[in-house]
Formats: sequence, structure tokens, C-alpha cells
Amino acid sequence: MLLNQFLFLGAFLFCTGIYGVLARKNAVLVLMSIELILNAVNINLVAFGAFRSNVAGQVFALFVVAIAAAEVGVGLAIVLIIYRNKRSVDLTEVDLMKG
Amino acid sequence: MDWILNNLWVVPAIPFVAFFVILFVGKRLPAKGAEVGIAALGVCWVLAVWSCVAWINRPTVVYEGGERLRAYIEHNYTWFNNGQVRLIFGFHADGLAVVMVFVVATISLLVHVYSTEYMKGDRRYTYYFAGLSLFTTGMFVLVTAASTLQGLFGWELMGVTSFMLIGHWWEDQANSNAAMKAFLTTRTGDVGLLVGITILFFGAHQTFNWESLNIQALTGRIDHTVLLWGALALTLAVIGKSAQFPLHTWLPDAMAGPTPVSALIHAATMVVAGVYLVARTYGVFWVAFSIGPHTNGHHGFNVLAVVGGVTILIAALLAFVQDDIKKVLAYSTVSQLGYMVMALACGAWAGGVFHLFTHAFFKACLFLGAGSVSHSGAHHSFDMKKEMGGLKKYMPTTYWTFVVASCALAGIFPLAGFWSKDEILLSSGRNGYALFTVVGVVGAMLTAAYMTRCVYLTFHGEYRGHGHPHESNRVLTVPLIILAALSVCAGWLSAFGLHYFSDWTRNETFVTAKVQDYPFSLPLAGVALGLALAAAGLAGFFYVREEVRLRGFSERNALARAGKDFLVNKYYLDHLYTDIIVRSIRRPIAQGAYWFDQNVIDAVVNAVATTTRQVANFVYDSIDQVVVDGAVNGVGAAAEEGGIALRTLQNGRVQFYAAILFAAAALLGLGLVLFI
Repeated sequence: MLLNQFLFLGAFLFCTGIYGVLARKNAVLVLMSIELILNAVNINLVAFGAFRSNVAGQVFALFVVAIAAAEVGVGLAIVLIIYRNKRSVDLTEVDLMKG
Repeated sequence: MDWILNNLWVVPAIPFVAFFVILFVGKRLPAKGAEVGIAALGVCWVLAVWSCVAWINRPTVVYEGGERLRAYIEHNYTWFNNGQVRLIFGFHADGLAVVMVFVVATISLLVHVYSTEYMKGDRRYTYYFAGLSLFTTGMFVLVTAASTLQGLFGWELMGVTSFMLIGHWWEDQANSNAAMKAFLTTRTGDVGLLVGITILFFGAHQTFNWESLNIQALTGRIDHTVLLWGALALTLAVIGKSAQFPLHTWLPDAMAGPTPVSALIHAATMVVAGVYLVARTYGVFWVAFSIGPHTNGHHGFNVLAVVGGVTILIAALLAFVQDDIKKVLAYSTVSQLGYMVMALACGAWAGGVFHLFTHAFFKACLFLGAGSVSHSGAHHSFDMKKEMGGLKKYMPTTYWTFVVASCALAGIFPLAGFWSKDEILLSSGRNGYALFTVVGVVGAMLTAAYMTRCVYLTFHGEYRGHGHPHESNRVLTVPLIILAALSVCAGWLSAFGLHYFSDWTRNETFVTAKVQDYPFSLPLAGVALGLALAAAGLAGFFYVREEVRLRGFSERNALARAGKDFLVNKYYLDHLYTDIIVRSIRRPIAQGAYWFDQNVIDAVVNAVATTTRQVANFVYDSIDQVVVDGAVNGVGAAAEEGGIALRTLQNGRVQFYAAILFAAAALLGLGLVLFI
């Protein structure tokens, strides 16, 4: 079994996710990019788990999926409220907390 | 019967409660709070009499060396624990304590009653009575305390309430200044008390207990050097509180307070606190200054006796040049306090305490008498030369009580002062302090002479005031009569070889130290009495003569001139006559002493004050402003600059935060890869 390909896939997804988080202005896309980062981590966990014949990696990946679902739920709710107040989901406009 | 001796705490507790009652509800009561104070002190007086009777009836036990005495009763309660040290408050009942309680309760009760008339219509009447109650509490706390620390509370309580009472009429700047001066001067002494207590606490193996302190000192369990420093520090406290030379200057100024307050402060409380301190801490002083007679004349460096002796003479001389009747009494008080301090320092413990006891009555009587004269005969003035004279026929009761008290003060047979003074003179002489006996005799002569002058100027001759003098009403005269009666009788406790007083007051310290108590000696008493009478006669002669000459002088002037011009001129000449000619010939010593007092001592005090100010300015300019403020401002500025720099990070852009987060995570990952 080749571990490298899975790790490369994970790394690619991770980098795509970071790019999305840092560069996109649309809040929904940022949330989706965060999902990409989480799934990149999942791929790594499952891959290492399979590589070392250890089921713990897959169990851990399941937890991450559950938490990611919850996080998206909260995140989308926040985005919805931002949209309701600003009629826009542009993150550059949401800087009310600046010091 | 012994209940009160076991529960002496109720005595200070009653006026303390009364203080709060007067303060909070006094104004709504029919007598504006005075009745609360009088009732409280009335109860205290009954308790005081009860405690005296209980003490006298207490069976004597045989103490070491076959001495019989009444065992003290002491109850201690833990106040709080601080590490290894358990702080205790407690109440100590013995002869000295019950005598003091009796004196304080008696004088304070009479002063309360007297004040209802004297202070009638005063704008802070209620507040005044609250102050009196708190003041009395302070003295009660001191005299019932079982430990030096607790005594310190009473001592300081008196300090602060004396400030309140002396400055009662604070609208007048002079009164306010006098209160400040009294407070600050006694505070100077209080530093000594604090230091002394601390030294003795560590010297006496960490105990504040007075009894233990004395016994440890007397049995040699405390190092002599420690005792000496402790005693010197306490001496400073005595000098400050009991107005001894050179810190006596506050006491005459304290006459700015209402007269009943002067009677209370200067007869029974506050100023005798210092004397009481010496009497109570006697073991320490006894050993530190080697007071005892068994040292074969090799007495230690007895600074206390020197202070007392100097005070007697200096203050008595100053009393001659005062025109204000209360100032005469004030200097007289200073002088008599000198007697008490000198007596204690010369081994006459019983004599000193006895003089404290008798002095309280006749000095309170004199002060209240002066108040009565001022209230009803002199337009609220205290100037003997301008507003008094010839009051004898207008105010017979005041006159006779004043004369009785003056005779008692001058030590005329068979009044109170005679017995106590002779006990002091005899004991100090027998203990090897011949010089101080001579000082005491000279002091007695001066006392007789200045009291003659005072009585003459106030009550004899022609009335010089402009009012309509009349006798004071009963509220003022009844306390005077009671005090005059006590001034007559109080001394008989030690008359002609009786020693009730010393039997009742002797305590463990007294016996352990082997303090000697000598009976009455006729030759010495006779000589002292004769000299005092001679001095009084001489003074009387002088003042009668002066009066006649002055009258003739003004009559000659009246023939020569007339009208307003004449009055002005007469005043001018009178002034010249009495101030420049008479004084320059007859009173150089007194003037010199007064000058010394005003210029040298005040200069020293001012120099100390100036130095303090300069040091304070230096500290303010270079330490406070530069270092401390610099540090404080520096911290503030650093926080501000840092905030300004850091706020650029807080730009509110979520993705910027995310970038920082990822950058930090990347750095952390890099670190992990590289270093682990």
C-alpha cells in the first residue's frame, strides 16, 4: 500500500482549503474551504490508520466529521445573520471588531 | 461582691456605648444627649465605688517575703492569632486600676454635670457630650488594660478625642491651632510609646502583658540594655502625654478648649496617663534607671527624675507671669505632673500615685472654679487683670471652694496636697534623692506663691471688669463644693502615719521590687509647710503693695488729666509700669524662663519643623516626583504605546486573523520538524 498518494491528496486539499480561507471573500466559500481543511485531515487520519492497521484513525475521522457538521451548522447560522444585517456575505465588510 | 473586679470591662464599655447613643440619637432627646452621658457616668461611678469597696474587702494573701497584699484579678481573652503570636486583650483589676477608675469616674461625672450649665446653648452641645464620653472611655480603657498594646488604644483614643474637645470651638483659628498643637506634640511622645512597647514586647519574650513584663524585668529575665532603651522610649511618651519639659508647651495652649474639658483633661485623665504609665510599668523603670535605695546612692542615669524636677521649677516660674487664670492653672498642672513623675522616678511609688489621686480633686476644683468665675463674673474672659478682681463678695461659694483647693494645691495642713506632697518629699529623700527633695520643697514654695497671686488677682482688690458679676447657679457650684470637700478629705487616707492608700494600691510589682513606703515625718512636713506659708505670705504682701501703689498712681493721674486722653495715657503708663519696670526688676527669672520657653524651645521645635519640611520637600521633589512618579508614568506610557502598536493587529478582518493563525501553525510545525 502506498501511503504517499493519500498524503499528497491530503496536502493538496489542505492547501486548497487554506487558499480558500485566506483569499475568498464570500463567507460561504470560506466555510466550505474550512470543510476542505478538515477533510484533508480526515484523509491523513484514515490513511495512517489503514497503514498501521489501527482502527483508531478511522474512529477519530468519524469524530471530526461529526464536529465538522456541527461547525458548519453554527457557521452557516452566523453567515445567515450577517446576511440579514448587511445584505451581503462579504467578509471584508465584517470588521466591526477592529481595535 | 467580686463580680465587678472580674468584669471590669463593663466600665469602659458603658461610656463607649453612650458615645454612640449620644452621637446617633442625642439630638432628638429632651436634654440633647447630656442625660445619656450623665447617666452613663453615673453608672460608672457606682461601679467604681463598688469596685473600690470590693477591692478593699478583698482578703490579703501572703506574698513572698512575708508581705501581705491583695492579689490582682486578670481576665484575658484571645483577640486573634498571628502566626506564633497570640494577641490578647484583657482587664486587670488591682488597687491602682480601681483607684484610677474611681478618680476618672468622679471627675468625669462632675464635669458632665457642670457642662450642662457651662455649655448651655452651645451650637455643638450634643457633639460635645459625645466627645466627653469617648474621652472618658479612652482613659477607662487605659487604666483597666492588662497589656501595653491595649493601653496604647486607650492612650491614642484620648489623643484623638482631646483634639476634638480642645478644638471644640474651631471657628476661631487660635483654638483650631491649639488643638493641632496638642495633638501633634503628644503624637511626638506617642512615637516613643510605640517604640517602647515594641522593644519591651521582644525583650519580654513576646508578651504585651503588663504584669508579666514587670515581673520579668524585676527578676532579671530581660537584658538591662533592652530595658534601658525601652524605658527611655517610654519616658518620651511620658514627656509628651504628661506635658513634661521640654514638650510641655502644648498644655497651656490647650486651654483654648472649653473649661470643663480642661478640668477633665488636666486633672483626671489624659495628662496623668503618662504618670499612670510609669506607675503601671514600674518594674521596667525601676530596673532600667536603678531607682531603688539599695544601690547605696549609685543611682542609674535617672532621666525621668531630672525631667520631673526641671518641669516642676520651670512650669512653676512660668505661672507667675500669666494673666490668664486658666494659664496659671495650666502651668500649675505641668508643675504638679512634674511632682508625680519625679516622685515615681525617686522611688516614691505610693507618694506619686497618691499625689495623682489628690491632685485630681483639687485641680479639677480649681479649673471648674475658674470656669465659674469666667461664666458668671468676667464676661467669659479669663484675664485676671482686666476682667476680674474683687469677686469675693459677689461669688462667695466659688471663692471659698477656690481658696480651699488652692490651699490643698499649695500643701497647707491638713488639706489633701499636704499629705501627698510630704509623702513624695520624704520618700525621695529617704531613697537618696536629697537634691530632688530640695527641688520639691522649692516647687512647693513657688506653688504657694503663685496661687496666692492668682487668688488675690481674681477675688480680692477692686472689681476691674465691666459686667455684673453674680454667683453661679447650683449646677456649677455643687460640683465645686463636692470637689472642695474631696480636696479636704482625700489626703486623710495617709494622714499621720496612716497608710490606707498605699495598702490598697500596693501590688506585686511594688512588693517584688521592694519599694519602700515611708510613714509621715513631722519635721520635714513642718519645714515644707512653713516655707510654703512664708512664700504665700511674701507673695500676698507683694501683690497687696502693688495694688495700693497702682491705685495711688492712677489717682494722681486722675487729678492731673481728664477724659479719654487720660484713659489712654493711663493704660500706656500702666503698661510701662507693670510690664517694663516691675517685671524687669522683680521677675527676671520668670521672664527669662518664659523667654527660654518661647525662644529656645520653640526655636528648637520650629527648627525641627523646618528641617522636616525641607526633608519633605527634598523627598517630594527628587524622590516622589522623579522616581515614584516616573515609574508610575512610565508604566502608563508603556501600556499606552504598546496598546497603540498592538491595535493595528486588531483590524477586525477575520481572514487576517486566519492568516496569522496559519502562519503561527506553520512556524510551530517548522519548529517541531526542525528541533524534535
